[in-house]
Amino acid sequence: MKAVLSQVTEFLVGDTQADRVVPPTGFTATLTLFSAAAMAFLAVFALALSLATGRLADQWGAELARSSTIRISAPDGQLAAQTEAALKVLETTKGVDTARALSSEEQQALLEPWFGPDLPVDTLPIPQLIEVIETEEGYDPEGLRLRLAAEAPGAVLDDHTRWRRPLVKAASRLRMLGWASILLIGAATAAMITLAANAALAANTQVISVLRLVGARDSYIAQAFERRFTLRALTGAGIGMVLGMVAIALLPSAQPEGGFLTGLGFQGWHWLWPLTIPILAGLVAFAATRAAARKTLRDMP
Amino acid sequence: MIELENVAYNYGGGELLSEISLKLQPGSFHFLTGPSGAGKTTLLKLCYGALLPTSGQVRLFTSDVRDMERDDIALARRRIGVVHQDCQFLDHLNVSDNIALPLMVAGRDLLAEGANLKELTSWVGLTARAGALPPELSGGERQRAALARAVIMSPDVVLADEPTGNIDWDMSQRLLRLLIELNRMGKTIMVATHDLALIRAAKTHVQARVLRISNRRLQLAGADL
Repeated sequence: MKAVLSQVTEFLVGDTQADRVVPPTGFTATLTLFSAAAMAFLAVFALALSLATGRLADQWGAELARSSTIRISAPDGQLAAQTEAALKVLETTKGVDTARALSSEEQQALLEPWFGPDLPVDTLPIPQLIEVIETEEGYDPEGLRLRLAAEAPGAVLDDHTRWRRPLVKAASRLRMLGWASILLIGAATAAMITLAANAALAANTQVISVLRLVGARDSYIAQAFERRFTLRALTGAGIGMVLGMVAIALLPSAQPEGGFLTGLGFQGWHWLWPLTIPILAGLVAFAATRAAARKTLRDMP
Repeated sequence: MIELENVAYNYGGGELLSEISLKLQPGSFHFLTGPSGAGKTTLLKLCYGALLPTSGQVRLFTSDVRDMERDDIALARRRIGVVHQDCQFLDHLNVSDNIALPLMVAGRDLLAEGANLKELTSWVGLTARAGALPPELSGGERQRAALARAVIMSPDVVLADEPTGNIDWDMSQRLLRLLIELNRMGKTIMVATHDLALIRAAKTHVQARVLRISNRRLQLAGADL
């Protein structure tokens, strides 16, 4: 481990003499720097998307998994009695933490987005809703359904499975999409660095033949190019990462009414995740340049 | 040091060199002559491992060049100084850095070698031009800088390909004196040239063997020069 660290440090600190043997290439240097910065900026957003959807999937999974609803539809005279009976069943059901019937104000608030604030709930045959909160262990939904059917025939248990599954699935897919985007950005960075390195190597065949003439090993020549492109990618990605993090920090903070979009960002120690982007960009650039340089040098007479 | 045994080299479908056998002994001085296109440059390239023979054996410091890895050839080249007709410099580095290039690639400390570098730059008469870029140099200055670069690692062998091709007679003489001086220091020298006057001038100062490439083969010349 110590040896690896020492090699990495040696590579990054570099040999100032060796750095000078490859001529500076202003235009390609700027392009590589810009592309690495742009890729890192996008990677920060992909990472934020991935982490945010991950949080959302966990949140939806946890919240919806622990709550369920019982809907009681019964003729006017029986609604209160069946509600009472259902609550009694719930009181004695193992795995149910709390259960309470929603007040008419709460039910009106639930319907308000669709029917407006003036809806006369009392005059409409609206079913009574009971909110059920489960314990950690949860209850047996099939057993509860059977008991409710016996004690309150108008009660229908909705354990949210029908809603929960597609939501959690969608969030998980979004998370995967985020990671796939990061992989694609990494691959695009590798392709871009390979093209730039190949262009630099092709433009410097004369330099390479002079270096060989004076006794340079291929590893020495390759390293001069590897170091240059790695440092460019590292610097560019560092700039892109900082800009991406600033942009994420400037997004509106998470609000319930804002929904998913305002939750796009990093929370807590997740702010450290983007710091890996320049390092990964450097590694990708190093590997891409190394492969390109070794191939070019191997193919050269 | 460098040995060629029954070497042939084919180029463009035809045989350029055939049945070449040559031994460069330590401290020897060779001239390689022949008409343009005879294969002088090719023979020199075979001598420093830049080309592999089509058949026969080339041995660099006892190792067969075919059995050598690229890294081994690179290490062998540190013991062979090469001066090309077109010099081959890195145009973005100044003369001093170009002369020091073999030290750089060998990982030697340039600060520690500073005195040696200055002495060598002065030896080839380029102290005043040390900070100039190669395109700013005259033909003679370029050749002298190339010679300084070729010898900075104190190689065992110096191979020069038409070193006086682009320079005037006085400058040719100056360069020749430097090569003779190197030979007196014990270096093995081989100079490819078609300049017979230069060879005649050299033979008054040094015991030189003159080789001629004729009809793809290497012959020993001498009496007619």
